[in-house]
Amino acid sequence: MSDIRNELKYVSSHEWIRLEEDGTVTIGITDHAQDSLGDVVYVETPEVGTALAEGDEAGVVESVKAASDIYAPISGEVVAVNEVLEDAPETVNESPYDDGWFFRMQPSDASELDKLLDADGYREVVDSE
Amino acid sequence: MGNRTQLYDTHVEMGGKMVDFGGWDMPLHYGSQMDEHHKVRQEAGMFDVSHMTVVDITGAGAQDFLRKLLANDVAKIAATPGKALYTGMLNENGGVIDDLIVYQREGWFRLVVNCATREKDLAWIRKQAEAFDVEITEQPQLAIMAVQGPEAIARVVEVLGIEWKDAIESLKIFQGTAKGDWFAARTGYTGEDGLEIMLPEEDAPGFWRALADKGVAPCGLGARDTLRLEAGMNLYGHEMDDDTSPLCANMGWTITWEPANRDFIGRKALEAQKAEGVKEKLVGLVLEGKGVLRAGQKVVVDGVDGTGIITSGTFSPTLGHSIAMARVPVEAGDNAQVEMRNKLVDVKVIKPAFVRNGKKVF
Repeated sequence: MSDIRNELKYVSSHEWIRLEEDGTVTIGITDHAQDSLGDVVYVETPEVGTALAEGDEAGVVESVKAASDIYAPISGEVVAVNEVLEDAPETVNESPYDDGWFFRMQPSDASELDKLLDADGYREVVDSE
Repeated sequence: MGNRTQLYDTHVEMGGKMVDFGGWDMPLHYGSQMDEHHKVRQEAGMFDVSHMTVVDITGAGAQDFLRKLLANDVAKIAATPGKALYTGMLNENGGVIDDLIVYQREGWFRLVVNCATREKDLAWIRKQAEAFDVEITEQPQLAIMAVQGPEAIARVVEVLGIEWKDAIESLKIFQGTAKGDWFAARTGYTGEDGLEIMLPEEDAPGFWRALADKGVAPCGLGARDTLRLEAGMNLYGHEMDDDTSPLCANMGWTITWEPANRDFIGRKALEAQKAEGVKEKLVGLVLEGKGVLRAGQKVVVDGVDGTGIITSGTFSPTLGHSIAMARVPVEAGDNAQVEMRNKLVDVKVIKPAFVRNGKKVF
């Protein structure tokens, strides 16, 4: 059974979102997503400063098995990316919710945050697959 | 629920992530495909390949029948019991119905064919056999385990003991030895030394556990695919199929042309292709930068009309970058470009072999 953390928000395309105290949000892929992909070998993150709309392609994660697009779960500007993933993409498998985060955004529309799934909502998504 | 091998419960107990593979519930990996891959390159790993189909060909006409049925010539192994031969089984158009290994067993022959092609293979073999004095017998009660890696043979000998020691240690490549219902051959699909062992399925769980106790890593079909691709070995349905000539699939070496009067199925079509000039070839592609080459991506060659296609692509755990096999126009030289995610990316073109015996070979 995959780990779904209660304190995080989710979207059905298997990204998790953490609301930080400074008003930014951190984004990564869920434990379920990394487990489905298998060994991650490359991560392409967006560039800092990129403006993304909700649902935009924000990067790619490639495993031995498959390539999977990463989507922006909300609209806003990219303010940081996890440079660790450049040389150590396996961090996504080892620590999907902590060291394996992908990028951080400054949301431009706070109301979008209300549309995100909570842990129970995401659990239903996973169970229905 | 799909078909299950006798090792199904063992796979689940050992943490295997089970997936559907050609109608069989098989382990994809037991945690990390990458770790399993490295174990085989560096030490020893084992694979359950009992889903593959074993077919015995017996009777007075067995050799004549197989000399008609197969593009490689079983006469080459007729004098050596236990000897194995890799071959294509072709249709009249020279397309590959399946690739298989045939073992010579003291006057009779055993074929091991792919599981996804089982039904069409058996139908074709039975149809062609009508004109010969042979019996065709499937052997579904046999398990097949591949134990592969530089330490594989030593680990198997530790488990099987003194009774097998000399017979196994003296095996040449592509040579097998039998004891009772067991048969062990020095063949494989990884580019490493090792054995493929056929045994009664009820013996398989105990043998699997005994090998695991000696440190042989259980490996799934994921690692099997990355290992065979690094070794530059074909996978049916990817590098070749019913519409692909062995001459375009790096299988020219498996066709025995002499004697010229051996009229194997597909021969006339292949001769016509050769006379006309073969248009495509199977090559290896190397991408040293970022990204992973995937089956189905388009290959563009400078100055050549027409494009090629990637037949299998992956990240190479041993090399640390992506590799692929591709069918390209025969004029292709040392460089090509692959269309990846709407971008053209430069790749090197090599002969389709990347890693053998733990070492880079290009």
